[in-house]
Amino acid sequence: MKSKSAAMAIMGICTFYFLVPIWWLFVGASKSRSDFSNTAPLWFAHFNLGQNLSELFHYRDGVFLRWMLNSILYTGGAALIGTLLAAMCGYALAKYRFPGRETIFNIVLGGVLVPATALALPLFLIFSQLNATNTFWSVFLPSLVNPFGVYLARIYATASVPDELLEAARLDGSGEVRTFFTVSSKLMFPALVTIFLFHFVAVWNNFLLPLIMLGNERLFPVTLGLYSWNTQVNQLPELRMLVLTGALVSIVPLVVAFLFLQRFWRSGLGSGAVK
Amino acid sequence: MKMKAIIGLALTSTLALTACSSGGDDDTTATAGAGAASCAPSSGPVTLSFTSWIPGIEDVVKVWNAKNPNIQVKVQTGPNGNGGTYQNFFNQLKAGNAPDLGQIEYDALPSFRVQDGLTNLAGCKPVSDAKDQFIDWTWNQVSFGEKDAVYGVPQDSGPMALFYRKDLFEKAGIPVPTTWEEYAADAVKVKAAGGYITNFSQSDINQFAGLAWQAGGHWFSNDGSKWTVNFQDEATTKVANYWQDLITKKLVSAVPPWTTEWDSAYNKGQAWTWVSAVWGANSISSGAPDTSGKWAVAPMPQWTAGGKTAGNWGGSSTAVFKGSKHPYEASQFAIWLNTSEEALTLLNEKANLYPATKTGGSLAALSKGVDFYGGQKIYDIFAQAATEVTPDFTWGPTMTSTYATASDGFKAAVSGSGTLGDALKKAQTSTIDNLKSQSIPVAE
Repeated sequence: MKSKSAAMAIMGICTFYFLVPIWWLFVGASKSRSDFSNTAPLWFAHFNLGQNLSELFHYRDGVFLRWMLNSILYTGGAALIGTLLAAMCGYALAKYRFPGRETIFNIVLGGVLVPATALALPLFLIFSQLNATNTFWSVFLPSLVNPFGVYLARIYATASVPDELLEAARLDGSGEVRTFFTVSSKLMFPALVTIFLFHFVAVWNNFLLPLIMLGNERLFPVTLGLYSWNTQVNQLPELRMLVLTGALVSIVPLVVAFLFLQRFWRSGLGSGAVK
Repeated sequence: MKMKAIIGLALTSTLALTACSSGGDDDTTATAGAGAASCAPSSGPVTLSFTSWIPGIEDVVKVWNAKNPNIQVKVQTGPNGNGGTYQNFFNQLKAGNAPDLGQIEYDALPSFRVQDGLTNLAGCKPVSDAKDQFIDWTWNQVSFGEKDAVYGVPQDSGPMALFYRKDLFEKAGIPVPTTWEEYAADAVKVKAAGGYITNFSQSDINQFAGLAWQAGGHWFSNDGSKWTVNFQDEATTKVANYWQDLITKKLVSAVPPWTTEWDSAYNKGQAWTWVSAVWGANSISSGAPDTSGKWAVAPMPQWTAGGKTAGNWGGSSTAVFKGSKHPYEASQFAIWLNTSEEALTLLNEKANLYPATKTGGSLAALSKGVDFYGGQKIYDIFAQAATEVTPDFTWGPTMTSTYATASDGFKAAVSGSGTLGDALKKAQTSTIDNLKSQSIPVAE
C-alpha cells in the first residue's frame, strides 16, 4: 500500500514537472501582450486566445498555416515511408539469410550513433552539388531513413514473426512480398507504431536540416518558422505573442499523434506480455 | 531471389548517393580577384537572389521587381544573422551557391571580409556614385577605412539617445541628465524615489559597445596586414569603470535584456531611462504599452559638458557575395533598396529600420510626432545623433565569440564576482587567441 502511494507520488511529481511548461505556454498564449508581461505567468488574465489565434493565422497571408502543413507533410510523409522502409529492412535482416547480413546490420547500428545534426552540413553540400537545396525534397529525402527504426524492426520481427508461419505461407503459394504485407507486417504492427512515433518525433524535432537547407519561407516547417520569428522579437516585439501562440498550436499535431496511436501501442505491449 | 534484387537495388542507390557526394569539384573561384572586381552591366534579363531576415522584405522587393522587369530579385529568408543565417552564408559560400546579395550587420561584416566572402563594390558605378548620400560613419562601417574598398551598402543605423520617463522625472523634480556625471547623480535620486535609473544590459554586449563607441573607444583596428585588439583603451576603461560603479552601488538593475521581466520592469515604471538606439523606440512602445504618453527622448548624456557625440547600436548592410555573376545589377538593387525614398519608407514601416542616408532622417514617417512619446518628434533627436556618431569605430572579425566571452564576464560582474574591467580583459585575451586560431594575423 505504502509503495503504491509512493509510486503515485513520484508519478504525480513527474506529471506535474512535465505539464507545467505546457500549462505556462497555454496560459501565456491566452494573454494579450501587455497582460503577458504584467500578470502572473501561471494564471489567466483577460482571455485573449481567440484574438491571438486569429492574428497568428492572418499574419503575413497565413504563412503559419502553411508552415503547419509543411511540417505535417515532412513529418507525416517521412514517418510513413520511413516506417515502411525500416520495417522491410529490419524484417529482411531478421528473416532472410544472405551473405553480408550482419555487416549491413552493423553498419545500420553504427548509423544510430551518428546524430542527425552531424549529417546536416554534409547533406547540404551534397544537395548543393545537385542544385537541390532550398527545395521540398532537400528536407524530405534525408528524413526518410531511420537506422534506429531498422534496429527495432529487426528485433521485433525476430521475436514476433515465427519462421513456421512464413514456411506455411510459402507452402500455400504466397510470394515473399505478399507475405510481408499480409502476414508479417500485421504481426509487427505494434512495433511499426512505435517506429512511426519515434520517427515522427525525430523528424519534427530535426531543426538543423531545414535551417541549413531552406531559404524560402513558404517551405519552412513550423519549428524553423517560429524560430525565425523568435530571432526577430528584438526588432518587432509584437512577434512575441505570435511565437507563443504558434508554439501552442504547433504541439497539437504531436499530441494528437500520440493520443491516437498509443492505443495500438498499448495493445502491442500487452500482447507481448501474455506470450 | 526477389530479396536479392531488392538488396541489390538498395546497394546501388547507396552507391549512387556516395558518388554524388564525391563527384565534381566546385568551380566557385571564377570571379576571385584582388582589389575591386570589374563591375560591368550584364546583357539581357538578370535574376538575383537576396537573403534577408527583415520582416516584410518581400513587399519592398515587390516594388523593385514591378519597376525592373529585367532585374528580378528573389527573396530568401530565415532567422536573424547570429541565429543561423550567417552560418548558412558561410556554408553556401563553401558550396558555391551563396545568394547574390545578403543582409549582414556591421559587426559581422569583417568576418565575411576575412573569409574573402564579399565582392568589393568600389568599382561598381551605382555604388561609387551613391557614396555621398550616406552618412560618413556608416560608409566607414562598410569600407573598413580601406581605400577603394566597399564591401556592402549601408542599410540602417542605430544612433543612440536617452529614452526617459518624463512624468517620473518631473514628479520627482529631477532634471534630465545631459552629462554622464549628472546621470550618475540622478541615479542616486531615482533610487531614493524607489526606482532604478536604468537596466544594465548584462548579456547584450552591443549596448556597452555603443556606449564605448560614444566615448571614443577603439576595439579593433586593421593596418592592412594585421589586426590590433584593444578592449582596454582609455575610453573603454572609463565607460567600464563608470558602469561598474553604478552596479557596485546597486543603482542600476540587471534584468536580462529582451525578456518579459525586462519589459515588465519598464512597463511598471521600475526603470526610468534607457540609453538605446533609435529602434528602441519600438521596443519600449510594444514592451511597455501601459506607459504610453509618458516617455520622452533626449540626446545621449555626454562625457564633457556641452559635448555632441553619440554612439551607435546596431545597423546592417546589404552585401554582394563573392561569386555573384551580376555585381553591377546587384549593386543597383542594393543602392535602390537603401537610398530611394519609397524603399526606405517601406523598410521603416515594416521593420522600423532607420536609414543610413543623410536625407533618410527626413522621411515623412520620421518627421511626425509619436503619440507614445507624448507627441514628441523623437526622430529629430535621432537624426541629429546620427550625424554625431564617432566616425571611426571598427568591428573585428570574430565578434560572435568576443560577445560570448564578454557577456559571460558581464554576467559575473553583475552578480558580484569580478568587474566589467575583468570581463574586458578576458575578452581581450580570448579574442586574440581566437584570431590566432583562425590564422588571422594579430599585432600584439
